[in-house]
Amino acid sequence: MNRALRLLRRRLVSSIPVLLIVIVGAFFLLELAPGDAADAYLLSIGGGDPALVQALRQSYGLEGSAGARLWLYLTSLARLDLGWSVIFNRPISDLILERLPNTLWLMGSAVALSFTVGSLLGIVAGSKPGSWGDRLLSTGSLALYAVPSFWLGLVLIVLFSVQLRWFPTSGIETIASGKEGLARARDIAWHLALPVAALGFIYLALFLRMMRTGMAEAWRQDYALAARARGLGHRRIAVFHIARNALLPLVTMLGLQAASMLGGSVVIESVFAIPGFGRLAHEAVAGRDAPLLTGIILVSAVLVILVNLAVDMAYALLDPRVGANEVAA
Amino acid sequence: MNPISHSRRTLLKGSALLLASTALPPFAWAQSGSRLVVAADSEPRNLNPAIVASNGVFFIASKVIEPLAEASFDGKDGLAPRLATAWEGSDDGLSATFRLREGVKWHDGKPFTSADVAFSALQVWKPLQNLGRLVFANLEAVETPDEHTAVFRFAKPTPFQLIRNALPVVSSVVAKHIFEGVADIAASDANNKLVGTGPFRFAEHRPGEYYRLERNPDYWGEGEPKLDEIIFRVLPDRAAAAGALEAGEIQLAAFSQVPLTDLNRISKVPGIEVYSKGYEALTYQLAVEINHRRTELANVKVRQAIAHAIDRDFVVRTIFLGYAETATGIVPKNAPEFYNGDVPLYPFDVEKANALLDEAGYPRKDGGNRFSLRLLPAPYFTETRQFGDYLRQALAAIGIDAAIVNNDSAAHQKAVYTDHDFDLAVAPTVFRGDPAISTTILVRSGTPAGVPFSNQGGYENKEIDALIDKAGETVDTAERTELYKRLQVLVAEDLPIINVADWGFITVASSKVKNVSNNPRWAVSNWADTELQA
Repeated sequence: MNRALRLLRRRLVSSIPVLLIVIVGAFFLLELAPGDAADAYLLSIGGGDPALVQALRQSYGLEGSAGARLWLYLTSLARLDLGWSVIFNRPISDLILERLPNTLWLMGSAVALSFTVGSLLGIVAGSKPGSWGDRLLSTGSLALYAVPSFWLGLVLIVLFSVQLRWFPTSGIETIASGKEGLARARDIAWHLALPVAALGFIYLALFLRMMRTGMAEAWRQDYALAARARGLGHRRIAVFHIARNALLPLVTMLGLQAASMLGGSVVIESVFAIPGFGRLAHEAVAGRDAPLLTGIILVSAVLVILVNLAVDMAYALLDPRVGANEVAA
Repeated sequence: MNPISHSRRTLLKGSALLLASTALPPFAWAQSGSRLVVAADSEPRNLNPAIVASNGVFFIASKVIEPLAEASFDGKDGLAPRLATAWEGSDDGLSATFRLREGVKWHDGKPFTSADVAFSALQVWKPLQNLGRLVFANLEAVETPDEHTAVFRFAKPTPFQLIRNALPVVSSVVAKHIFEGVADIAASDANNKLVGTGPFRFAEHRPGEYYRLERNPDYWGEGEPKLDEIIFRVLPDRAAAAGALEAGEIQLAAFSQVPLTDLNRISKVPGIEVYSKGYEALTYQLAVEINHRRTELANVKVRQAIAHAIDRDFVVRTIFLGYAETATGIVPKNAPEFYNGDVPLYPFDVEKANALLDEAGYPRKDGGNRFSLRLLPAPYFTETRQFGDYLRQALAAIGIDAAIVNNDSAAHQKAVYTDHDFDLAVAPTVFRGDPAISTTILVRSGTPAGVPFSNQGGYENKEIDALIDKAGETVDTAERTELYKRLQVLVAEDLPIINVADWGFITVASSKVKNVSNNPRWAVSNWADTELQA
């Protein structure tokens, strides 16, 4: 356990420069994009006269140099203040706290779905590599992986919301329903079913194929032969000996996927009208709201670091070899 | 502890939970009272229509805050009374008198009086509003001889025709007692918690989810409003809006939020109606903006050739699927007060276009091209982007090689209207009831860089400038109208901008929604008489 704690501390310290690079990078990337917040706003209101343009730019604090604005942002960040959003005219921390839970629910459920279903199907496929069932699952999952997520989302809406009317087409919960507690949780789960499926099914293929490949390789190992020689049944070897060994790389994949799903959720959040983090990021870019976008990227980076840290910790617990060298070095 | 078997158990438990969660009862939408659920595609950052006179704001705010008069199909001068019951301009153009409605209350119970109108005009419309800054530029004072009369005094003669035509857009009245003494009205929180006199009260905004408006029981309109509640549900994805409508989760989608390509299918769904009326007073215009700094484009023959190369009927048929009209100039046909069809026309004629380019001194080179251009289609509408693709092909047919440059909104604004870094651009300009509001700025010289939807192509024509200035101070309605008819001829001759088509939007609604599209600004009007049948 001590080993894991030392690993944790080491990782946290090394993440500080990473975050700093992320902040500065995000700030300047948006700075490089043509047009600023005043331009974006003027178009959305259908135009205005030159004095109005000037007044907007002034009230948005766009008059200083990029360097000066970055310095201002960093100093306020040092006081743990994420700043003020130009396009929403609200504190950025409020916006993020409001939207983040929706995305975490969406992403967490989707990762859980793709991991569980993916690895289970992977075990089925990998228990007899090259079999008829394996080919079907491998091809099917690859086809799913090739489907764009927005399209899958729309197909699910047409099928399950418009035709069958089992699920709502969009939103995070029933509008102004006044539901509380468990009823509200059920309502949210019901609304999230389709977006979670749309997001989760696409990433399912990765877990399935990884599991399958890992198992196919494990079958060729000596211990598989030894198990068979001891007279163990095929199913028992597949589940307790082969799958168990093939599961480890999936944990690594889990961490990586969590990060990429943050990006994938932008599209799904738009299609299903979920007020989440991804949509907020999209609005920040379209409105050229540099502090908001930087805040979003910063929080995302922290999330990714935390998830990967958790994965590393889990790994260290699962496999005694991991971390031992790193700490010694 | 065996970590693997542990995680396997967790896995199984997880998947059992997932299965359970999908086994919820089938879908049944709760209908409470008469609640109209409407699709909205944006959440304006400032929701006060007295400050931001834009369709995105009006769509929601017009139900809460009312103008002095609203556009009407059959009213005198195309207007129907709202907070004003009568209006009149003086012959010298130095004053305008409004008789105000009596017995009107603000949503917080305080009475509506002429002081509110005076405050709105002088403290909000004139200094702060994007369009009011222009329309009320010469407004000097507002006198309030009694509680129900407001007399606007102008420093210079101001045509009443302009004020009248602009009323539905620029005259949203806000409460003096809410904003008085506020240091920075434009940044006030009250702009997003509206208090008005309209048929609906502002109840709630859940960012990213919905706006909720509730019935105003003290509304001045007898027996109005008919609805208990309006919900504007934020649906950013247009394809999803069509699905929500079909599933019965929303009852109305305006501003073509159901894309034109889906209309054919959705119009066949029982219980759904498609309306193309109700946008006559907010006509959008598909126009080709020209950078006259480019030597080739400074030649009028080249501009005429481009105008001849565009098949307007094809554009209306293919891009707008018939929901548009071909344009002859800067004023659309559905503004009959000003429209002049007797102007030089440029029918689709590739041969003539080629001949004009030869004449202009730009013969085809070896490869068959005469010269190359950068074409920047505005990104805000599917139709502007599609027309960009069409125009590229149309120009190829006359030997002009156009390279399409795609930008997002902010980048397009900077490239075209600030940096003038374009040769041709496709713009959705808007005709707002009077040429002086947002049309003459497209051809008049002298607008500084950075102003969108204005002449940023460096075009300068003394005759056109003089005519626009004269119309701006001509008080006599007939004379002023004549000047604008003459302006359309000059513009069509010299083509500082090429107008291709004029379009309104489409409303798709459940057939239970009644009184839809019954005025020329319906989507952005107050919906006091809108009904939802059980």
